[in-house]
Amino acid sequence: MDIQVRVWRQSDSSDKGRMVTYDVKDISPDASFLEMLDVLNEKLILDGADPVAFDHDCREGICGMCSMVIDGVAHGPQRATTTCQLHMRHFKDGDVIDVEPWRAAAFPVIKDLVVDRSAFDRIIQAGGYITAPTGAAPEAHATPVPKKDADLAFEAATCIACGACVAACPNGSSMLFTAAKVAHLGLMPQGQPERDTRVIDMLQAQDDAGFGGCTNMGECAEVCPKGIPLNLIGRLNSDYRKALRNSAR
Amino acid sequence: MNDFWQDGEGIADTAAPDGPIETRWERRKFTAKLVNPANRRKLTVIVVGTGLAGGSAAATLAEAGYHVKSYCYQDTPRRAHSIAAQGGINAAKNYRNDGDSIYRLFYDTVKGGDFRARESNVYRLASVSVNIIDQCVAQGVPFAREYGGLLDNRSFGGTQVSRTFYARGQTGQQLLLGAYQAMERQIGLGTIEMNARHEMLELIVVEGKARGIVVRDMVTGEITTEMADAVVLASGGYGNVFFLSTNAKGCNVTASWRAHRKGALFANPCYTQIHPTCIPESGTHQSKLTLMSESLRNDGRVWVPLAAGDARKPGDIPEAERDYYLERIYPSFGNLVPRDIASRAAKNVCDEGRGVGPGGLGVYLDFADAIGRLGQKAVEAKYGNLFEMYERITGENPYETPMRIYPAVHYTMGGLWVDYDLQSTIPGLFVVGEANFSDHGANRLGASALMQGLGDGYFVLPTTLGNYLAAGPFATVPQDHEAVVEARRAVEDRISRFLSIDGDRTVDSFHRELGHIMWEYCGMERTEEGLTKAIGLIRSLRDEFWQRVKVPGTGEQLNQNLEKAGRVADFFELGELMCIDALHRRESCGGHFRAESQSEDGEALRHDDEFSYVAAWEYFGADRKPTLHKEQLEFEYVHPSTRSYK
Repeated sequence: MDIQVRVWRQSDSSDKGRMVTYDVKDISPDASFLEMLDVLNEKLILDGADPVAFDHDCREGICGMCSMVIDGVAHGPQRATTTCQLHMRHFKDGDVIDVEPWRAAAFPVIKDLVVDRSAFDRIIQAGGYITAPTGAAPEAHATPVPKKDADLAFEAATCIACGACVAACPNGSSMLFTAAKVAHLGLMPQGQPERDTRVIDMLQAQDDAGFGGCTNMGECAEVCPKGIPLNLIGRLNSDYRKALRNSAR
Repeated sequence: MNDFWQDGEGIADTAAPDGPIETRWERRKFTAKLVNPANRRKLTVIVVGTGLAGGSAAATLAEAGYHVKSYCYQDTPRRAHSIAAQGGINAAKNYRNDGDSIYRLFYDTVKGGDFRARESNVYRLASVSVNIIDQCVAQGVPFAREYGGLLDNRSFGGTQVSRTFYARGQTGQQLLLGAYQAMERQIGLGTIEMNARHEMLELIVVEGKARGIVVRDMVTGEITTEMADAVVLASGGYGNVFFLSTNAKGCNVTASWRAHRKGALFANPCYTQIHPTCIPESGTHQSKLTLMSESLRNDGRVWVPLAAGDARKPGDIPEAERDYYLERIYPSFGNLVPRDIASRAAKNVCDEGRGVGPGGLGVYLDFADAIGRLGQKAVEAKYGNLFEMYERITGENPYETPMRIYPAVHYTMGGLWVDYDLQSTIPGLFVVGEANFSDHGANRLGASALMQGLGDGYFVLPTTLGNYLAAGPFATVPQDHEAVVEARRAVEDRISRFLSIDGDRTVDSFHRELGHIMWEYCGMERTEEGLTKAIGLIRSLRDEFWQRVKVPGTGEQLNQNLEKAGRVADFFELGELMCIDALHRRESCGGHFRAESQSEDGEALRHDDEFSYVAAWEYFGADRKPTLHKEQLEFEYVHPSTRSYK
């Protein structure tokens, strides 16, 4: 199939940036979206032009590196799918496809479609862990975990930190990301001792990193490639209130 | 003597303690010199790579009080390719009371590796496996659990016990997040200095010791020299030499290869694992291959049509005209034979013209029986995310029509040679995880890579590296030291050379062509004729690369093609060494199958009298013959026998 892509080009963080149109011809419907961009880049290089920079790595939907807004939707039209797992069979011959980077104050553009997501790491640094230095662990079966809690914790832990939630949010909020980690660790018995400080510190770090506030729009959960549910944000808020009450005591 | 390599002296000392195998690690821990906690912060350790091995090592060393500098090419330490491991992690917990033990895990791993691994290392790996699970549970890793709240287990290829711990089809991700979170805690405390989007391009060796690295900031292009008291490489495997593999696109051999060029021996490069259950190629645009977890073979049945050229849809082929060839040839292990055996069996039936799908390069993995027996819901609960992934990629629904799978390059057992302490032949250079060669012999069993990465990083390295660092801190190396200046200049010269060629072929086009050569001649079946031919092809392609490659842009910006050019240049040299290693090993073992060495019924035929050794190669230059050093393998406990899964 033959398509046109309109791609955001920005040479570095100081450049203003612009959309540039390219023709991409003879693409197989079985090619992935990123493979389509590979084909475009091979052509640009041979034409002496600057290829499009984009983040990608595992290309199997788990590393969280790929990050494109496709036709206005973070990760594109297929639900619960990362950009790398999106295939061209979801488009048709003659389509004009817009490709843009994540846009959020906390994710500055580095080049073209590549953005800086280190703000997520700073949220985790603030408390997204269980303190368990190597060697200090008790026998694994010492603490059974009810299957229900373990399964819910797992669901929350499937977040790949791609940042689509932030890109989709009109406020540029990272609440779903933070809520997923708070839920994962807060559901495990091992995570209880730090439960209150974790939620308070992570939310503070989220504000410090320049993410916007949450107004329950729900766009984040709509685009999440891992299906992290919106109700985890309610859980986060409830944890936060409890933590504030406990710390006031 | 021959045209391709020369023989050198053997390796006599592996630094492993002797005596009863179950006491060796305990004794090594006791004899290892210790570093006073107050002195640890004066010691700096560089860790390259943030996968399971590098992440766990960095976190543990920082917790112990060392000053750690960590580097990764991804934008954050949470994304290294360990994250993509699906199936699980082995541990000899014997929670199923099915006869498992540390000794049995040790035995299975030595046998699974086709008797080409070092017994002392494997026993240690099996014994720390139980601590890994404890550690990960304490970190909050959400392993699958039973209704009673205890950990669930499943079985994996090459074993007859259930010892694999898992987190649905995302075990690697959950274990890596455990290590990443432990790392982030240390980054917050200031004990780890994290450098994401940085790539190691050279090793700095001063007075015979590894003392630093040259790195490029991939965003600004700035080149810096980073010094330390020791360097740890945790930079993963080299499967991407084949271009198409299940590795992430960025996985590369550069850190290891730069160390090899500086004197670190490279061991068993020809031992590559071709994984039997991957999604077949769909066209020339293909940029990578996707693994379908081996755990699927617990319930899926592998088959092809009995008759060659049978083009009917799978549903139209009656039972009697199907060949469930793994169950037929290997009745006792059936669909759960080890990976090397399952892959070659798939290749054989496709060579007979019985393959399915485009180009006849595929076999069916059929869940109809499992769905009939357990119901679709139960199958969905176990494998739902894998089935969805398959459907996203192929557009086919595996609940209704059998999956098509074909083998693909997945893991590399070879790597930098290390002794029992995980130290390379360059003092102060330690190598952990897939980057080293140590524990899997000629074939790795499923769910053992995660075990080895975390075993090395959490438990082995912190002890053995401490022993080395006890002699430090070493004298400060000034930035104008000859070795530092030279290493830096080498990096800068190479970058300007790439940018100045300005040829007419892209880096990817060379990489793809190299991959074809490797897959054709150094893939699932190797012959003397093919390997000799491949070496010639690689050399001429490498020459062409240095004449005709086109790398756009400059060195002072984010330049993904410049990054790729450096990696592919190293893959050329590695690819040639892999072929030489495969050529010299005139036997079949594990993932290395030489067509000239097979039994009457087509099984791999080892030659223990001649080849029971680790082949460790020394580098002398891209156009000079490498030297072969042999480390003889001793089997005191698990006596080499013909590996049979029938």
